[in-house]
Amino acid sequence: MEPIDPSLIDWSRAQFALTAMYHWVFVPLTLGLGLIMCIMESIYVKTGHEFWKGLTRFWMKLFGVNFAVGVATGIILEFEFGTNWSNYSWFVGDIFGAPLAVEGIVAFFLEATFIALMFFGWDKLSRGTHLMSTWMTVLGATLSAWWILVANAWMQFPVGMDFNPETVRNEMVSFAAVALSPVAVMKFLHTVTSAWVLGAVFVVGVSSWYLLRGRHSDFARASIRVASIVGLIAAIATGFTGHQSAVQIARIQPMKLAAAEGLVDGGQGVGLVGVGLLKPGVNWANPQEDPFLFKVEIPRALSILATNDPNGYVPGIRNLLEGGYPGEDGLPALSADQQMAIGKKAIQSLVTYRAAREAGDGAAAKTAEESLRRSFHYMGYGYLNSPEELVPPVAVTFYSFRVMVILGGYFVALFAGLLLLGHRIERVRLIPLGVLLSIPLAYLASEAGWVVAEVGRQPWAIQGLLPNCAAVSRLATSSVQLTFWIFLVLFTVLLLAELCIMLRVVADGPESSSKAPAAE
Amino acid sequence: MVLNLPQKLLLLNNCFISQLLLPMTYTFLQEYWCFLVCLLGALLVFLMFVQGGQTLICQLGRTEEQRRMLLLATGRKWELTFTTLVTFGGAFFASFPLFYSTSFGGAYWVWMLILLCFVIQAVSYEFMHKRSNLLGKGVYRTFLFLNGVLGPVLVGTAVGTFFFGANFVVNKVNIANAVAPSAISSWTTPWHGLEAVADFRNVLLGLAVLMLARCLAHLYFLNRVSDADLRARGLKMLPWEIAFFLVFFLSFVGCWLSATGFVVSEAVETAGRIVPMEMKFLNVLLDRPELLALLLVGVVLVLVGLLLPIIKSGSRCGIWWAGCGTVLTVLALLLSAGWGFGGVYYPSLADPQSSLTLANSCSSEFTLRVMSVVSLFIPFVLLYIIWAWRALEKRPIDSAELS
Repeated sequence: MEPIDPSLIDWSRAQFALTAMYHWVFVPLTLGLGLIMCIMESIYVKTGHEFWKGLTRFWMKLFGVNFAVGVATGIILEFEFGTNWSNYSWFVGDIFGAPLAVEGIVAFFLEATFIALMFFGWDKLSRGTHLMSTWMTVLGATLSAWWILVANAWMQFPVGMDFNPETVRNEMVSFAAVALSPVAVMKFLHTVTSAWVLGAVFVVGVSSWYLLRGRHSDFARASIRVASIVGLIAAIATGFTGHQSAVQIARIQPMKLAAAEGLVDGGQGVGLVGVGLLKPGVNWANPQEDPFLFKVEIPRALSILATNDPNGYVPGIRNLLEGGYPGEDGLPALSADQQMAIGKKAIQSLVTYRAAREAGDGAAAKTAEESLRRSFHYMGYGYLNSPEELVPPVAVTFYSFRVMVILGGYFVALFAGLLLLGHRIERVRLIPLGVLLSIPLAYLASEAGWVVAEVGRQPWAIQGLLPNCAAVSRLATSSVQLTFWIFLVLFTVLLLAELCIMLRVVADGPESSSKAPAAE
Repeated sequence: MVLNLPQKLLLLNNCFISQLLLPMTYTFLQEYWCFLVCLLGALLVFLMFVQGGQTLICQLGRTEEQRRMLLLATGRKWELTFTTLVTFGGAFFASFPLFYSTSFGGAYWVWMLILLCFVIQAVSYEFMHKRSNLLGKGVYRTFLFLNGVLGPVLVGTAVGTFFFGANFVVNKVNIANAVAPSAISSWTTPWHGLEAVADFRNVLLGLAVLMLARCLAHLYFLNRVSDADLRARGLKMLPWEIAFFLVFFLSFVGCWLSATGFVVSEAVETAGRIVPMEMKFLNVLLDRPELLALLLVGVVLVLVGLLLPIIKSGSRCGIWWAGCGTVLTVLALLLSAGWGFGGVYYPSLADPQSSLTLANSCSSEFTLRVMSVVSLFIPFVLLYIIWAWRALEKRPIDSAELS
């Protein structure tokens, strides 16, 4: 059979990245705005004041517009695992499919059922039942995020499975290890809290626009108050979970951390690059000069970030490729060449095993299986042709990481400032204007986070086990190119339509003219 | 040895999963998951009354108010159809990953077209009546019409390949090529799934599904929409819709019963090999009488449901009879592919030995056990769906509801 065209891999990656990034434009707003909506409706049910009902209904209208496109892009994403990554689907389907099925059975139906009650049930249900429907819708969306992040975390940190050479795939041996993997837990907390931040920025941003225009001021102030509290808590939690994620990445994906830092030569007590500019065209596998045009470094901060120890050892890209640095087990780490040699041996053992089984040679099959088990951990490296392939796109990862972290810090300050200033923000027009302009920044930070997570782990579909080149479907490159452009046009049109509708809804403002209750 | 809390949880979880459902064999679990996936497929076909309704909006509704009533009726249910489709895909991936890998990765264009026509549906309901929606109301209604026609036809055509075969080969060792890894499954035609429309039997099924969806939509509107004019027009159209449905459905059934299918051989000299069998599905029905009974009961219920509003004036419950009948009929049809003679449910026309069977394409026993535990939630899911449906549909949709 013919080998796979390398450009097919690139186009398949581009299509998946396109779908995932578009999907992630809509999902965090669903999660974040959903939570804020739930809190507002809870206040309405508790106080019985129509003002809060009006507030909830207004934000719900925006939630609905956004939700529809999120659903539309999500379905493509689920099926693209099969359409574009068929080897991957078989190689890990035994583990990866289960969270998707649970997501469908438990989360999607919860969301789909209660969202109809939430939108159409205002005059048909009691206040309590309607509130329950709203919470259930948001819970469904959050549970959905949980399961898909379990699947994603498993790709970054494969656990709870065993390779079966008979079926040529990984098979689950512990559901709890997959569903409650520490990487999955942290990824979920980090992602969901960051989505809450985005939802909060959206609410304070839109509300600031009303303050700037001098319209619906009561409505805007109440919304800012609720969203700022949610946003501040979420932004602090995002920072904390981000740090915990960095500690995990340092241990399980050290190349990603090295790329995010542009760190070529590691060591003990390594500093963190706060701001920096990379030289273009650097050969990151073996740079001959300092890859930075300039950088501002915080001493020892990377060691603290990665190991919680100011003198902790953090390997750089060169260390990871050349090996020899002290590994977690105290032994010198393997070089990329050594890992690739073991990986090729694993693949050869698999071939030998299959041939021996076919020939009915039980003894040879057993020997090959044992050899495979010893070397399986490095099997993915066997598909690589050179150590350089192990280095992800450094510049993209480096800048995305900075965008994410700096904006994360900005959002903490933003929400704290809004809470401290209270009504005084209306006195200086620049403040609400700045808050309004923060909305695209929240999206930028959110997307940048995923770029770090996904670009930083290249070339792997499954960390260490399956690179992209061995995961892709055998299709004509032109087919994938065509669907890429179709999706690009379609999603862009849908995004523009959503923006136009949202701008109109915002311009129209809330329907309810109730004033804010004085006691609140 | 002292265990910490996560280790205890892990142990407890693994004991629970391995002990619960212990009497169930691997074969039973495969058939159980085949049943669940087929049930989801059957529910999906029933819920396609939403798609059928979308094709009727302009035909049935003469005034804007009537059209909006019809849109409101289907608009409250499209999410369920959509979610069932997504869960169908997820459950198929989890329980039969080789199908997911082979069919989705091979019949690329069929699945992409299906996805595209569901994407345009998802946004249309929400955007259509919003101001500044960029494309205009007419475009979104056209999207709904396209989804209404193409969704059932394409899904039906794709499902037809379960009975009449597709063009692919599978070789799992392809992944073990370190120099130039290739796909374990590949399509043998450059059309990547579009060639399914060249087999008229697949198209017959697609058209039967479309006409069934339209018939069910008529029954749903009769049940949900309170408008004398719409009711009269619907009743006038219904016999014609039924006639077309029966022509396509009975033609398909004739092809299906007489088709040569593939089975796992039990003969000594060819044991385990996949061989052709004449009139496979007729033989399956005779071999598994429970499927025959399911099919007959289903068809009778569909006919009762379809004819009820015609013979009994004012009847509104045809959708429930025909809905139950649809689920049973489609379930029997789909199970006939998976449950009979070695479960060759996705035959390969290019290389019969590459055909997918329940045994060679399913997940591991452990995964199927885990998911079987999760499937215990399904009755609760159904209960709250029924509760939500009833809560929202206490009274029919009328012009007052629109405001």
